[in-house]
Amino acid sequence: MKKTVFLGALTVAGLAAGVAAAGTLDDVKARGKLNCGVTTGLVGFAAPDANGEWAGFDVSICRAVAAAVLGDPSAVEFVPTTGKTRFTALASGEIDMLARNTTWTFSRDVDLKFTFVGVNYYDGQGFMVPKDLGVSSAKELDGATVCIQTGTTTELNLADFFRSNNISYEPVPIETNAEAQQQYLAGACDVYTTDASGLAATRATFEAPADHVLLPEIISKEPLGPLVRHGDNEWGDVVRWTLNAMVTAEELGVTSANIAEMSAGTDNPEINRLLGTEGTLGEMLGLSADWGKNAIMAGGNYGEVFAKNIGEETPIGLARGLNAQWTNGGLLYSPPFR
Amino acid sequence: MTTITDPPQGSFRLSMLLSDTRYRSLTLQAIAAICLALAIWYLGNNVAKNLAKLGLNIDFGFLGVPAGYDINQRLIEYTSQSTNLRAAFVGILNTLLVAFLACTLATIFGVLAGVLRLSNNWIVSKLMAVYVELFRNIPVLIWIVIIFTIMTAVLPGPRAFRGDEATASMLFDAFAFTNRGIYLPAPVWGAGSMVVVVTFLLSIVGVIGYRRYATKLLYDTGRMLPTFLPSLAIFFLPTILMFFIMGMPIGLEYPELKGFNFKGGIKIGGPLIAIWFALSIYTGAFIAENVRAGIQAVSKGQTEAAAALGLRSGRIMSLVVLPQALRVIIPPLISNYLNITKNSSLAILVGYADVTATLGGITLNQTGRAIECVLLLMLFYLVISLSISAVINVYNNAIKLKER
Ligand SMILES: N[C@@H](CCC(=O)N[C@@H](CS)C(=O)NCC(=O)O)C(=O)O
Repeated sequence: MKKTVFLGALTVAGLAAGVAAAGTLDDVKARGKLNCGVTTGLVGFAAPDANGEWAGFDVSICRAVAAAVLGDPSAVEFVPTTGKTRFTALASGEIDMLARNTTWTFSRDVDLKFTFVGVNYYDGQGFMVPKDLGVSSAKELDGATVCIQTGTTTELNLADFFRSNNISYEPVPIETNAEAQQQYLAGACDVYTTDASGLAATRATFEAPADHVLLPEIISKEPLGPLVRHGDNEWGDVVRWTLNAMVTAEELGVTSANIAEMSAGTDNPEINRLLGTEGTLGEMLGLSADWGKNAIMAGGNYGEVFAKNIGEETPIGLARGLNAQWTNGGLLYSPPFR
Repeated sequence: MTTITDPPQGSFRLSMLLSDTRYRSLTLQAIAAICLALAIWYLGNNVAKNLAKLGLNIDFGFLGVPAGYDINQRLIEYTSQSTNLRAAFVGILNTLLVAFLACTLATIFGVLAGVLRLSNNWIVSKLMAVYVELFRNIPVLIWIVIIFTIMTAVLPGPRAFRGDEATASMLFDAFAFTNRGIYLPAPVWGAGSMVVVVTFLLSIVGVIGYRRYATKLLYDTGRMLPTFLPSLAIFFLPTILMFFIMGMPIGLEYPELKGFNFKGGIKIGGPLIAIWFALSIYTGAFIAENVRAGIQAVSKGQTEAAAALGLRSGRIMSLVVLPQALRVIIPPLISNYLNITKNSSLAILVGYADVTATLGGITLNQTGRAIECVLLLMLFYLVISLSISAVINVYNNAIKLKER
């Protein structure tokens, strides 16, 4: 007993010591693998496909970063995390970055000390109910039993929403999306609430998706994005500019189809800087010159990744909406590559 | 032969600390203690330094901040505006509730199965053996999940009770079994109900008094009074009489389907039932083995001697075997009770808001104060475990063999 306590303390001390040493970029290069935290399974965002390969919108970010740093989009170790375990995993250094439908909030940034490098999906919290419940607005949910994933912003928004509308509910806290789905389908709760994108993704896996409706209310802002630990700005830059590279590529019309041709050199200087045929952006990041090209080649530009995983052609069927380029009336606006 | 003399006093030399067996062990223990203290100091210091380097500090201020989340089962007043400390207390009470319920039920399961396993009836004893082996050898975590899943899948949702072609209906219009929990009628206390309650309490005192008197009479005069029927009568009759005399002041409030859920009555939530039942049936299997061991530890001669005195088998069990068996049963029972309490921390698995789920789960996650929350949790489980052992040790001392 004494011995286990002792060893436990030793691990804690060792862990703390390990984190304090910065240089995640060097660690990843030395390891030859990127440790990327994802969900435990949310089809479209991050889930193993039929061959056991992780795929999805969030997974693509991990792969792009691995390609930028290591030149190999498959050099990723995916670490499934729940709403509850994700921050500990990141803070302890178990993962190098987290790409798991995580909302950028003040306290996660300032108090938990994480750097959100950007937003890869502008979302909001919604409600899903079975159609035969006959509910058409979230305000009619007085007395309902609501399934929520614990450790999420969802949990707090929900309490605020019901309190400010002066109606009551009964929360059923659940650890993962899969369990929540099971409880919801078994009728153990009347409503499932989480990010609207997550609801759409969950509903797409139902046997009869048409029997369930999303209520019109969106009760919060949920800017979802990848994050890293505070205190390692070089690494934060790598992840931030990899995401920006994907967004900029879409804006400039660089796609996985034409990238080979474009990386021979174009007459647009920004494309040339992005793809590393001009300037020394890669060197400044501590990466190879063709890092941007590798990142985009991993799964395509932002638009391609969106369309392939969650876009209107997929069963999830999300419209671009807020996530369109600023030139198309959306919020995606990458700082310039210069 | 010379007598052994004490070594001359006062001639203590420093080297004796190592060479003299009387001092050596003390020296070694002192060195070990110093090393341990140094190691703890080093580790503590290291943790503190590294936390400081990460910009983290130990701070319990978060306990006073509004929690911001709701809890589905609360034994005390709580809203999402209450503090994290209050959320922790809600969790603590829920932990104590499920621990108490599960200890009670596990003891009942365990004693029944333990005694029946020794039954002469082949089928009964084999059935009990199957129960013990099946439940003891599969992790409790799996039992919790199985029981909860079966409950939510098999029982109907509240929606099934609605409408003209409802697929489910209430039992006697008073009990509703749904996949969210069981709803029972709740008593409604009208004017004069206190009189009935007091009468009931007095009749319990009466039953105990009557049984005392009967035992005393038996020991003093050898005359045996019937105890069972009179006890039953004292227990029920006065209360029932008083109930009608006072004009039936205690009514029942029946649960009713209103909106999304049943309202009114008493609700025992599905998560509570699942974790309660799973812990009880799992730990009951261990207790059953303790009970069997305890009974078998009482030598056969005791039973035979009692039989030779003409005692009936029920009395042999309650007067001769069980009192002696208890001495063997109680100590391991403590550790089973402790296991129940600690295993109740798996409650979050089914969404039961125990202290691990509130303080160690949602609060920890929403505030990011992992070290503080885990320290508090450890403190809580330590205090509660030590208290349980203390209480049962007192009981154990009271019943253990008194050497006179
Ligand atoms: N955006 C919210 C909620 C994130 C969340 O938990 N999303 C769910 C559904 S959209 C999810 O990713 N679940 C996958 C899993 O269970 O691992 C937050 O950051 O707190």
